[in-house]
Amino acid sequence: MKPWANYPQQNEQVKIALFFPASLKNFGIHKKLIPFGNGRSYGDVCLNDGGALLLTRGLDRFIVFNPANGVLRAEAGVLLSEILALTVPQGWFLSVTPGTQFVTLGGAVANDVHGKNHHVAGSFGSHVRAFELLRSDSERLTCTPKQNIEWFQATVGGLGLTGLITWVEIQLQRIANPWIVAENRRFASLDEFLALNDDYEARYPYIVSWIDCAARGRALGRGIYMAGMHAPPGLMKPPPAERRALTVPFAPPISLINNLSVRGFNWLYYHLPRPARGLIPYQPFFYPLDNLLEWNRLYGRRGFFQYQCVIPPLDAREALREILARIAASGQGSMLAVLKRFGERTSGGLLSFPRPGITLALDFPNRGQKTLALLERLDEVTRQAGGAVYPAKDARMSGDSFRQYYPQWEVFSRSIDPRFSSSFWRRVIAD
Amino acid sequence: MRNILIIGATSAIAETTARRFAVAGARFYLVGRNAEKLAAIARDLEIRSGQPIARESMDLDQLNLHPALLERAEQVLGGIDVAFIAHGILPDQAACQQSVEKTLAAIQTNALSAISLATLLANTFEQRGRGILIVISSVAGDRGRQSNYVYGAAKGMLNLFLQGLRNRLSEKGVQVLTIKPGFVDTPMTAAFEKKGLLWAQPDQIAKGIVAAVERGRDEVYLPGFWRWIMLVIRHIPEGIFKRLKL
Repeated sequence: MKPWANYPQQNEQVKIALFFPASLKNFGIHKKLIPFGNGRSYGDVCLNDGGALLLTRGLDRFIVFNPANGVLRAEAGVLLSEILALTVPQGWFLSVTPGTQFVTLGGAVANDVHGKNHHVAGSFGSHVRAFELLRSDSERLTCTPKQNIEWFQATVGGLGLTGLITWVEIQLQRIANPWIVAENRRFASLDEFLALNDDYEARYPYIVSWIDCAARGRALGRGIYMAGMHAPPGLMKPPPAERRALTVPFAPPISLINNLSVRGFNWLYYHLPRPARGLIPYQPFFYPLDNLLEWNRLYGRRGFFQYQCVIPPLDAREALREILARIAASGQGSMLAVLKRFGERTSGGLLSFPRPGITLALDFPNRGQKTLALLERLDEVTRQAGGAVYPAKDARMSGDSFRQYYPQWEVFSRSIDPRFSSSFWRRVIAD
Repeated sequence: MRNILIIGATSAIAETTARRFAVAGARFYLVGRNAEKLAAIARDLEIRSGQPIARESMDLDQLNLHPALLERAEQVLGGIDVAFIAHGILPDQAACQQSVEKTLAAIQTNALSAISLATLLANTFEQRGRGILIVISSVAGDRGRQSNYVYGAAKGMLNLFLQGLRNRLSEKGVQVLTIKPGFVDTPMTAAFEKKGLLWAQPDQIAKGIVAAVERGRDEVYLPGFWRWIMLVIRHIPEGIFKRLKL
């Protein structure tokens, strides 16, 4: 199986498709397992080299939806896109959504994903009311923030290692219509970005910034600030014509994302005129890349690396400048660089990535050792600043880095199901 | 709004097809073997369609129970508009070769029980002067191959039966639709190594079924490229075909 970034590529010896939650004992295999949802994690948290994968997309049934209070319970293989298709017409939206709607509910819990509203809403796990954990000894645990708390905290952000999540119950948020009031602003530097944050965060629940990673010198840290809120009742347009998604048909032998295209794209993206304020459908606002299916193929057969770190508030400005400077100096620009401030609210997940500070997400075509060396240099900065790197997007951080970023890892490891393991986990606990 | 009877409702193709009908506000009567799975699927479809859903679990090999089953469905739905026969099993060919009992059991489930239901439904639809009968057959029914001719023979019988039925009912306002899926990634085919371009997801088949109903089609291969593959397979002379490892 391949993860989203097409790196690393490994061999799982057994794949088991789940259609109805059954005891995990019935498979009669002795290899260790890891659940695999829709394969949208970038690196090896969803892989299990030499082991077995439990394919969970067959667990895709809704169990309860109450349109009066927005509580939804569904099997763990349901995609967020399927939830939205059901609930948006009835006036309910996900309380937290990541940048793609093509992830499973179970994957959203296991990676404790976050979205543009982290500064007000926390991460996905903050809105999970309950889930069921099926352990390999056939024990079924209903976990809530008040019941089986240790299991809840280990499993939210627990990278699928604590057992199989069979169903999840979440709280949705009310919306008046499917439209977003969006605002765009250019900023010329990191300082300006930080100043904009103070102003906008009080007014908008959704905020994200794109930053021009190819810019150097005086232009370093320039970007576009994007804020949005669900449109109030009455403020809406007739439904837009459905846009047909394009598909990247195959992965070319070499990456189409290279220095030239990155520089050109970033320059254009920064300079293209865009409306300062407007009303747009929720899909292009939350999921700009979902309309270009299989976009990961643009990076060629060798795949790419995502690097997402969070830097605590105190050191954020200096550390981010240093990271951007190191990237610019390396000559390996990132096509899409995303900047956002995380708030204080946490889900309690032992291995959850989001924590107060500024997060920066970058992607780099895989150029082998050269790229790995750059990412290690970025880790130096992140480690020194007391930050962390996001496992869901990682395929290369060292065990030392991981254990520094996630000091609770030892407490967490007591909750791992003895029959479960993943390539990621073996990599980061090895010395 | 349509009233749809689904027989074999726990099959992956039936379930994904039902979801597409559910979004359009269909009402369902679901029949399947496993009560627990049926309950999970009914609950899901209730949420998707916003309608309460009736269901019953039954062993469809018991042909004598069919008339009463269809009467209950008629009553609960207030008239069946669409009947979707989707149940079936993929028998172990090697085991069937060693056992007449297993061979006949596979034919009972895949051909005879479907024919029993189709006969009864056809008469109801004929009388009413309308109705849509959808039956899941298979590309395997187009030619006998050593790797699965017991399954293929049952589906081939079903294909001929439905052709005749279609011929009989063509002037009576009844659509008889034979679905011939190729390789589909479902629990029924869990034992296969699913690789390559020939494998389809259940929802691709579901999409094709809904389109075939809307266009009033008779026989469809799904995905559509199987039509060309089977055209070639059907036309290989038997003298050559018998020596192929298929």
